[in-house]
Amino acid sequence: MKILVTIKRTPHRDARMRIAADGKSLDTADVPFEINPFDEIAVEEALRVKEAGQAEEVVVVTVGIEAARDQLLAALAMGADRAILISTDAVAQDEPLDSLQIAKTLAAVIQSEKPGLVIMGKLAIDDENWQIAPMVAELAGWPQAAFASKLEVADDGKTARVTREVDAGLEQVELTLPALITTDLRINEPRYASLPGIMKAKRKPLEVISLEEFGPLSEMGGIGESRVHTVSYQALPPKEKGILVDSAAELAAILKERKLV
Amino acid sequence: MTTQDVLVIVGPTASTLRKIDTAAIGFGKRAAALLSGEFDLLLLGPLAAEAAPQFIPFGVRKIYTLDHADLADYTAEAYTGAVVHFAKEKNYRFLSCTATSASRDFFPRVAARMDIPMASDVLEIDQMNGDQAQLIRAVFVGNLLATVSISGPQVLATCRASKFEASTEGITSKSPIEAIELASALACADKKFISITEQASDRPDLTEAEVIVSGGRGTRGTEGFQILEQLADQLDAAIGCTRAVVDSGWMPNEMQVGQTGKNVAPKLYFAVAISGAIQHLAGMRSSKTVVAINKDPEAPIFEIADLGLVADMFEAVPQLVKALHAEN
Ligand SMILES: Cc1cc2nc3c(=O)[nH]c(=O)nc-3n(C[C@H](O)[C@H](O)[C@H](O)COP(=O)(O)OP(=O)(O)OC[C@H]3O[C@@H](n4cnc5c(N)ncnc54)[C@H](O)[C@@H]3O)c2cc1C
Ligand SMILES: Nc1ncnc2c1ncn2[C@@H]1O[C@H](COP(=O)(O)O)[C@@H](O)[C@H]1O
Repeated sequence: MKILVTIKRTPHRDARMRIAADGKSLDTADVPFEINPFDEIAVEEALRVKEAGQAEEVVVVTVGIEAARDQLLAALAMGADRAILISTDAVAQDEPLDSLQIAKTLAAVIQSEKPGLVIMGKLAIDDENWQIAPMVAELAGWPQAAFASKLEVADDGKTARVTREVDAGLEQVELTLPALITTDLRINEPRYASLPGIMKAKRKPLEVISLEEFGPLSEMGGIGESRVHTVSYQALPPKEKGILVDSAAELAAILKERKLV
Repeated sequence: MTTQDVLVIVGPTASTLRKIDTAAIGFGKRAAALLSGEFDLLLLGPLAAEAAPQFIPFGVRKIYTLDHADLADYTAEAYTGAVVHFAKEKNYRFLSCTATSASRDFFPRVAARMDIPMASDVLEIDQMNGDQAQLIRAVFVGNLLATVSISGPQVLATCRASKFEASTEGITSKSPIEAIELASALACADKKFISITEQASDRPDLTEAEVIVSGGRGTRGTEGFQILEQLADQLDAAIGCTRAVVDSGWMPNEMQVGQTGKNVAPKLYFAVAISGAIQHLAGMRSSKTVVAINKDPEAPIFEIADLGLVADMFEAVPQLVKALHAEN
């Protein structure tokens, strides 16, 4: 079985983003980028399935600008076998693709790669859309298990059991492969790339395909126009500075005085 | 031709009217007001018919209920099929629901099947007309707001439960209820629901509670949470926690507040022995009053706390419980 893992290049998880002077874009000059944390977890999970002998190949893919090559290399350094960069440099410099456009592109990658399992992140921590994975599953006509905290692929490789973290608790479902899952935080703790891993990554196949020249996508009807645009960014409204109290008794008194309890 | 009408979807429907349901109605009303359109409700699942009368006082144009054998256990595939079956010929301008673990699972599938652009976790609708919608969302771990414009005749959107409300005041019209029949299969043969494990609790739900008592790693687990339970008992509060607490196995995942857990905005939020990482703040920063108790005066939680107490929780919380009890 082949596993396909999707990756997004996102600002570092603890970075504080600043709005650029135009109010419409972000000042990313000093911001370090990394693999979206949920996608890093997805890479780890795929490697574990492979190490358990249930998959032969882990392929990572991103739809993004040339700079996203760094994140593909990071995934290869963790142990992925092969990488695909669907390059948007020609089309998306100032007009980023919307979720459905990315989902359509990824569905076309599924069409051409024919993986038995796709592992995606449950959300990308920059735009926080929580959208693309179910969209991809729908476009592929596949079953999905989102927010996975446990994945067990059956020995025969035909089904997978997934535990999902949902609002009410934990849910168990069984999927017949091919299927798509999205990772939650607790499914694993991703490994660090080793030095030999980093060296090897540079020699692993990394294919760059221009979005416009991606054959399977045009056969599926292309991605159409972007329909979702960020018009502007705003800082959070400032919060009034709070007060420090000296004791629990004082805290209780204020809570009562303000009729909060 | 697309109408200027709004559809709000609730699914799976519960037997009681929840905060997430009234938020969905409030969201739909706001959209309908901007569009000068009508507003319908679609209730999905085995409890839809039973729950429908509770939605009558909100004065929507029509309440539709849709149940089906394949909706008995929740799956994204079947719920997607039900929504698409209902909505595909109706040409609603705006289709919406509250962001929950279910809608985050099935709504993007609806968007893909119907090829309609979507916005998630909307905080406010700025403007809307026949082919443009401007919506406000939180991005970058809740640190920035983005105004997003969506073009096209139809939009799908989910809202943050804490940002919308609906009241029945002054509404006299009574919504008619219609049950939708659906014969064709909805379930996906390649997915089987097996079970759901929910922890029974007498406490209010995190997303419903007016007061939340949350604990972090500094609680040291059961030892500290027993103390927080006393405070919660006294205030009829829900218990919440940080990721660190769930990762340690001290509390179940459904108690996690934050970017990847629940988003809450109660009247009063106690953050006890919580450092205040941005991912935690993302889930609770719109609480009306935040009380922080932490032994480290430098803890970032104090930057957003309305009331802060630098103290050891093992001493301060029992004292607080006592002091609150004393004069009540
Ligand atoms: C992608 C991603 C998503 C995440 N999502 C979430 C999320 O949804 N929710 C979430 O909470 N986190 C989330 N996190 C984790 C987050 O970054 C922090 O690691 C986490 O919130 C820290 O939890 P904590 O405050 O309990 O622990 P710590 O940061 O370890 O803080 C413990 C605090 O307790 C105080 N303390 C210790 N002992 C006492 C005592 N006796 N009395 C009083 N105070 C005491 C300490 O001073 C310290 O401030 C996420 C992280 C990532 C990368
Ligand atoms: N540009 C992209 N290229 C590849 N995968 C992506 C891209 N954007 C998002 N994804 C995947 O979709 C998941 C959910 O993202 P989102 O729906 O945007 O929150 C991410 O965790 C990634 O796995």
